[in-house]
Amino acid sequence: MSKQTIIELRGIAKHYMMGSEGFYALNGIDLDIYLNDYMAVVGSSGSGKSTLMNLLGCLDYPTAGAYKLKGTDVATLDENALAGIRNREIGFIFQNFNLLPRATALQNVMQPLIYRGLALAERKQRASDALAMVGLQDRMTHVPNQLSGGQRQRVAIARALVTEPAILLADEPTGNLDSSTTIEIMALFDQLHNDGQTLIVVTHEQEIAERCHRVITLKDGHLMSDHANQVSVKPLVSGIATHV
Amino acid sequence: MSNLKFKLVEGTRSAALSIFAHGFRSFLTTLGIIIGVASVIAVVSVVQGFSANISQQFDGMGTNVVNIESYTPRKERLQGVRAKLTYDDYLQIKYRVPGVSDVTPTVRMWGSNAVITYRGQSSSSMIVGTASTYQKLNTVYPERGRFFNLSDDKSRRRVAVLGSSIMSKLDIKGDPIGQHVAVSGEWFKVIGIAEKRGKLFGFDQDDFILLPFSTTRALLGGAEEPDITISLQVDEPSQLGQVKQHIKNLLRRNHKLDKDADDDFEIATADQMLDTFDEIIGSTTLVLGGIVGISLLVGGIGIMNIMLVSVTERTREIGIQKALGATRFDILLQFLIEAVFLCLLGGLIGLILGFGAGSLISNLTGLPSATVPAWAIILSFGFSAGIGLIFGIIPAAKAANLDPIDALRYE
Ligand SMILES: Nc1ncnc2c1ncn2[C@@H]1O[C@H](COP(=O)(O)OP(=O)(O)OP(=O)(O)O)[C@@H](O)[C@H]1O
Ligand SMILES: [Mg+2]
Repeated sequence: MSKQTIIELRGIAKHYMMGSEGFYALNGIDLDIYLNDYMAVVGSSGSGKSTLMNLLGCLDYPTAGAYKLKGTDVATLDENALAGIRNREIGFIFQNFNLLPRATALQNVMQPLIYRGLALAERKQRASDALAMVGLQDRMTHVPNQLSGGQRQRVAIARALVTEPAILLADEPTGNLDSSTTIEIMALFDQLHNDGQTLIVVTHEQEIAERCHRVITLKDGHLMSDHANQVSVKPLVSGIATHV
Repeated sequence: MSNLKFKLVEGTRSAALSIFAHGFRSFLTTLGIIIGVASVIAVVSVVQGFSANISQQFDGMGTNVVNIESYTPRKERLQGVRAKLTYDDYLQIKYRVPGVSDVTPTVRMWGSNAVITYRGQSSSSMIVGTASTYQKLNTVYPERGRFFNLSDDKSRRRVAVLGSSIMSKLDIKGDPIGQHVAVSGEWFKVIGIAEKRGKLFGFDQDDFILLPFSTTRALLGGAEEPDITISLQVDEPSQLGQVKQHIKNLLRRNHKLDKDADDDFEIATADQMLDTFDEIIGSTTLVLGGIVGISLLVGGIGIMNIMLVSVTERTREIGIQKALGATRFDILLQFLIEAVFLCLLGGLIGLILGFGAGSLISNLTGLPSATVPAWAIILSFGFSAGIGLIFGIIPAAKAANLDPIDALRYE
């Protein structure tokens, strides 16, 4: 069975000017990402992981190289088209959650659907479904600072998923969470992968990388390794499976 | 375009959320607009009420009424010369100018003698000697009793018609008709009470006493002839110009004025007075408009300032929104709507405050009641919205042009 390519990176470079010297945060990355990939991005701090994710999420643009998303050359797109791609194709999950502080959980999840032009009733319906999926059906009217870190991240996941994106990008999603919450979130990711979602997760944690089916390693802006993982199907901590 | 409508609705929703989330700050932000609009509305409502009242009074007067007064040019006045209209002028006009009727002489009593007394109470009210036709030209009709007639005037009877305020001023108890009041030491019998006219500019319009003209003239007595005012009605409004010219020629001849001398009298019609009045109102409004324009400008700059702060403060939020798929236009619209919404709210509050202040001023000063014309309301809102648009555009553009990744990284 041939795998369907979603993302194709060729010779991607990101160059920053620091004072008079130039500096490559990414240098010559070639990478293909396939449908239903469950990929971990690892590497030491400063190796360019976030830079790569921001490029993939169309939040930033490369200094050189080609980026094809579902066959479209992203470099040729203008601001508006990029906004459309971010809205339809990308679900981004940040380490620091990045929820809208004054909006409730429900409003946060509804937000991307505004840019899709959905009517209020449908936005509500879809957002509450997404929140129910991450187990937050009884926290819909809470604003972020009334939620725990894990709950906030689940709101962010619901918000990323509500648009049914082609790819889910998570930059250290559990970086601010304790270990048991981390397990909850990873269980959720496993579930999403099983449902067919394509996921890319940046992580520092060995256990998380081990869950993923593919691991790439960055070093000083270069792609050092890219290998498939023999996933040992570990039993989840009891209670999580039913929760999710 | 339904897409734009959708965006406007969503933008308004989010603007309302963000405005009410910072209620007090929003209020302070719009204070400039609130004060600007409130002052326009207060002033306009007072001026409009006032001018409606004036027009009404002029209407009562009839547009074909002509008033003639003496007029002393400034130069002569400095030399101590005083122009005068005399009884003779009155007679000349009455008998020699065709096409006029109800020619009415009016003389006012001034000075220390001009007091009315009644049982130890005294009042320095306006004392006017005039003919019976005065009531018709000035629409001052008796509410009780009667006005004096031709025979009262001919026989120089000592009768008087009182304005309604006099009764309380002199503390007249019981039926005033038939009682006697003293004017300048002479007794007059009260034969009528005039209809109440109320206050104008805090000036009591009912504080007067009317006496027959010839009686008053006799009372003023010998040495010097008094300066009188002559009012009359032009029978045919289309003849107004001719009549005025006729009177002018007659008075100039009577006053033996040289060819190149200025008139020592003024002939005014109610229409003319109304025009003058309208002119005053118009220029007042213009000056006020300027002041208000400046205050709204200052208010607008205030709004822009706070909006710029707000954009900086919400940089991260804007980054998040862009990451979720908001376009530049979405963000631009969101902040523009917020600015306009804010200004409109300010306009609304200003409108209410202004109307309240206008009503208060009217009540306190005895001006006619305040009215806010529709154009002032529309103009206030239009102006507020315009200010929001103009001063909102820079902050909104700043927000819209933020780079998503920079905005997300903003600390
Ligand atoms: N806006 C920028 N200007 C200049 N240099 C930058 C900028 N953003 C990132 N860098 C540099 O690029 C390099 C890669 O940064 P990046 O954030 O991708 O690292 P990372 O792999 O995500 O690290 P970590 O694991 O600590 O999050 C770093 O050396 C960083 O200093
Ligand atoms: Mg990083």
